[in-house]
Amino acid sequence: MAGDAYPLKHHFDDPAQQTHAATLGMWAFLATEVLFFGGLFTAYAVYRSSYPGAFAEASRHLDVTLGTINTGVLIGSSLTMALAVWAAQTGRRRDQVLYLVLTILLGSVFLGIKVVEYGHKFHEHLVPGPHFSGSEPAHAQIFFSLYFVMTGMHALHMVIGIVLLAILAVRAGRGRFSPVYYSPVEVTGLYWHFVDIVWIFLFPMLYLIGLHA
Amino acid sequence: MSAPGHVISPRFYLLIFGSLLGLTLLTTAIAYLDLGPFNPVVALTIACVKAVLVVLFFMHVKYGSRLIWVAAASGFFWLNILFVETLMDYLTRGLLAPADW
Repeated sequence: MAGDAYPLKHHFDDPAQQTHAATLGMWAFLATEVLFFGGLFTAYAVYRSSYPGAFAEASRHLDVTLGTINTGVLIGSSLTMALAVWAAQTGRRRDQVLYLVLTILLGSVFLGIKVVEYGHKFHEHLVPGPHFSGSEPAHAQIFFSLYFVMTGMHALHMVIGIVLLAILAVRAGRGRFSPVYYSPVEVTGLYWHFVDIVWIFLFPMLYLIGLHA
Repeated sequence: MSAPGHVISPRFYLLIFGSLLGLTLLTTAIAYLDLGPFNPVVALTIACVKAVLVVLFFMHVKYGSRLIWVAAASGFFWLNILFVETLMDYLTRGLLAPADW
């Protein structure tokens, strides 16, 4: 059942302990990630409370339709990631590769839509700097600075995630994972879902704050 | 030897996925209504519900050991310290101006 060779490291008693240690380590890393993005969220809270009008007005330049679609795409990629873990747990090798590839595809669709949105912002002179649109409120540049830094850091995390998923897909295809050893799939899944959660907060904070006025 | 982790059925994952999509559409729809100061409150509440669904089920914390619960909660605990202490300063500036200013 354990496959040809179960990669149990000598300092662990059994597979369960090793799995638990890997998961715990990932959560410790994710705690640092929560605080990394937390710093950006705090900056957003401070500046939005200082300039609520400029933030609402600047937010109206973002495309709500594309943002909503992208949220759905990212949630879909979390579903396929969860299913990849399920396939690993139940020993379905082909499904596992399929779901990992689907996760990569959905992640790429998300990044593709993001590129289109960034293109619009450059076109409309909404990128902070010397060529920033003169017809915008004075503090709109702060909103767009936060927009580009937050979505940019989020996108960077997704690019890293896609690379990790590609490595996993190759290893899964070679049969490296089994129902007793699938920690790499599990912890990469934790990372991918965390990146999804960051977007779940970014979406209302960036796209939805100016719609009702 | 059985799998070391709890196995959730694909059907249940689909249910969570559907709930997350529904909440996304709900938060977008509500954003068009003018709720005064409650717009951000509602938006962040829905986002928190979505995040909890992802953490508990997609990230398997519901079936994790107590140590995993503590590790998962610790990041958000420190995040709260970061938010509360910072905003205690920024949101209260100017509320109590000294008499001789």
